[in-house]
Amino acid sequence: MIEAFLEAAVRVATPLLLAALGELVVQRAGVINLGLEGAITAGAFASLLAIETGSVGSGYAAGAAGGAAVSLLLAVFVVTLRGNQIITGTALTLLALGITGTLYRAVHGVEGAALSVPTSGPVAIPGLSAIPLVGPAFFNQPFITYGLYLLVPALWWWLYRTHAGLSLRAIGESPAAAATAGVHVGRVRMLALVFGGALGGLGGATLVLAQAGTFAEGLSAGRGFIAIAIVVLGRWHPWGVALGALLFGAASALQYLFQAMGWPVPYHIFLALPYLLTLAALAGVAGRVRAPAALARD
Amino acid sequence: MMLAEGTSRSRSLIVATRSTRGAVTAAIAVAAAVVMIAATLALMEIDAASALAAFWRGSFGTRYALASATLVRAVPLILAGLAVAIAFRAGVFNIGAEGQLLAGAAAGAAVAGPLTAAGMPALITLPLTIVTGAVAGGCWAGIAAWLRARFGVLEVISTILLNFVALNLVGFLVRGPLQEPTRIYPQTEALGAAARLPMMIPGTRLHWGAAIALGCALLLWRYLRDTAGGFRLKATGANPFAAASAGRIDVSAVSTRAFLLSGALAGTAGVVELTGVTYALYENLSPGYGYTAIAVALLARLHPLGVIAAGVLFGALDVGASAMQRDAGVPSVIVYTITAIAILGVVAASRPMVRR
Repeated sequence: MIEAFLEAAVRVATPLLLAALGELVVQRAGVINLGLEGAITAGAFASLLAIETGSVGSGYAAGAAGGAAVSLLLAVFVVTLRGNQIITGTALTLLALGITGTLYRAVHGVEGAALSVPTSGPVAIPGLSAIPLVGPAFFNQPFITYGLYLLVPALWWWLYRTHAGLSLRAIGESPAAAATAGVHVGRVRMLALVFGGALGGLGGATLVLAQAGTFAEGLSAGRGFIAIAIVVLGRWHPWGVALGALLFGAASALQYLFQAMGWPVPYHIFLALPYLLTLAALAGVAGRVRAPAALARD
Repeated sequence: MMLAEGTSRSRSLIVATRSTRGAVTAAIAVAAAVVMIAATLALMEIDAASALAAFWRGSFGTRYALASATLVRAVPLILAGLAVAIAFRAGVFNIGAEGQLLAGAAAGAAVAGPLTAAGMPALITLPLTIVTGAVAGGCWAGIAAWLRARFGVLEVISTILLNFVALNLVGFLVRGPLQEPTRIYPQTEALGAAARLPMMIPGTRLHWGAAIALGCALLLWRYLRDTAGGFRLKATGANPFAAASAGRIDVSAVSTRAFLLSGALAGTAGVVELTGVTYALYENLSPGYGYTAIAVALLARLHPLGVIAAGVLFGALDVGASAMQRDAGVPSVIVYTITAIAILGVVAASRPMVRR
């Protein structure tokens, strides 16, 4: 029971964490990507198109490319045309929903008959997956989850231990100062957005290839916005973001647990909890934690 | 681009203008949308003429379609569009119209039930219900306004979070305290006659919420144009630092007030939809009105009277697309694409007006 709960928590957390880590880098560069929901959707759709003809690997690659394409469009509007981040992001989410939904029905009929592809199942890590309770949850998952175990520390190291990471964080705090110091603000933001979009797209591909096995309108179901919330909850830090994603995963997994136990607890309360927690965290720790100063402003 | 943080907050705001640029933008957006539709139709091998005929029949073609479909759809879009417009004009990025709308509908449903059960006449029940909805929307926005004023929490983030909280709250209410008596369906009991908005035009589904929306737009237009409060709001949105230093304006108070007003308008949208159309609260009460409202407000260039036209346009787009799907097999999600292109067109076109 507990094992199933933990397994579900990690499963739900995986695409969220992928998208949130990408958004973390974007926000550290002072940009808020409200098009992330669109990037996830585009990634999911692209991965489905690719898997119909290719391998699982090409599915993930296509997902990353699809997500990156949406974010690149955002970068063009925000960095090159200096459009408003919030408005452009909202529009791009709508654009991705509209285009993928239309194309899906164009290819698979107006009814959108569910096309299913075989999901790439979990791969158990010998030894580790036999650990009681946590073993199956953390070490009997699809490959992409294991990739996250490497990505979180790598991102931490890059952000806090490399010159490039310092430049990125400087842009997020004060683009003017960073530019004076010789950092190419626009270029870095563009790269950050492409990276963030690619990770969002990978999250979308995970939904299709490792979980749902199909594409549907609204497949992402707000995960892009949840990922943005996770970045805030995780205090703009890779480890915090990883914990935040797990918390959201656990809150969602509670409903399975409750159903299995036959408890009549309204799980919507639990679904709302992580958001309330994020709001409380934003307010309660004011002063100690704050958003990158230039976020969504420039 | 590299301005100090504060000045740039409002810098990238789209400033409403009476120039011809708005018309040019709209023309480009419409052209792009037509190309998109044509490409999709070609891809799906659908006869464009029959699709467009279906769109026309479903939106403007008949008196019934116009009054019962397009205008009914336009009412929540106009009210929520006004909510977004007033907030954006004040430099407040309220992305939470959706949550405030749901809060308004939920609160309205909560008071309408007991009031009708107590046998109150419509003259008391309806105004109380609608005012409750507006206040609830304002309170829901108030959470984000307070977090912004007190802790400096970005309203973009907090309002998105509150949208999810509101959605889950409604999900809880319609399965718990507010669920209908048989406890089978996740929705409230249907409103009694005393809590239903009467029809404005007999024989159609156009309810008096349309008059409320129109009235709000006119009031807001006069407020922004002719009052000192409206001027302070616009000045704060245009440049909070200039407004504070040159105009001695309490910028924080002005933006908080605009935020609350915005929430109240969105809450009104929700409670009007409840009392005029759905007659019951359920989770999918709003098919994303609060998000489409952003497009409505932007296409109207944040002008209250423009919001009326943009609301009708998006209402028509919505119901016309449904008709196209029903009668000609064109996926209705194409509306999202059109909305997005319209917003991006406005963003691209308003770029040169951005102060540097």
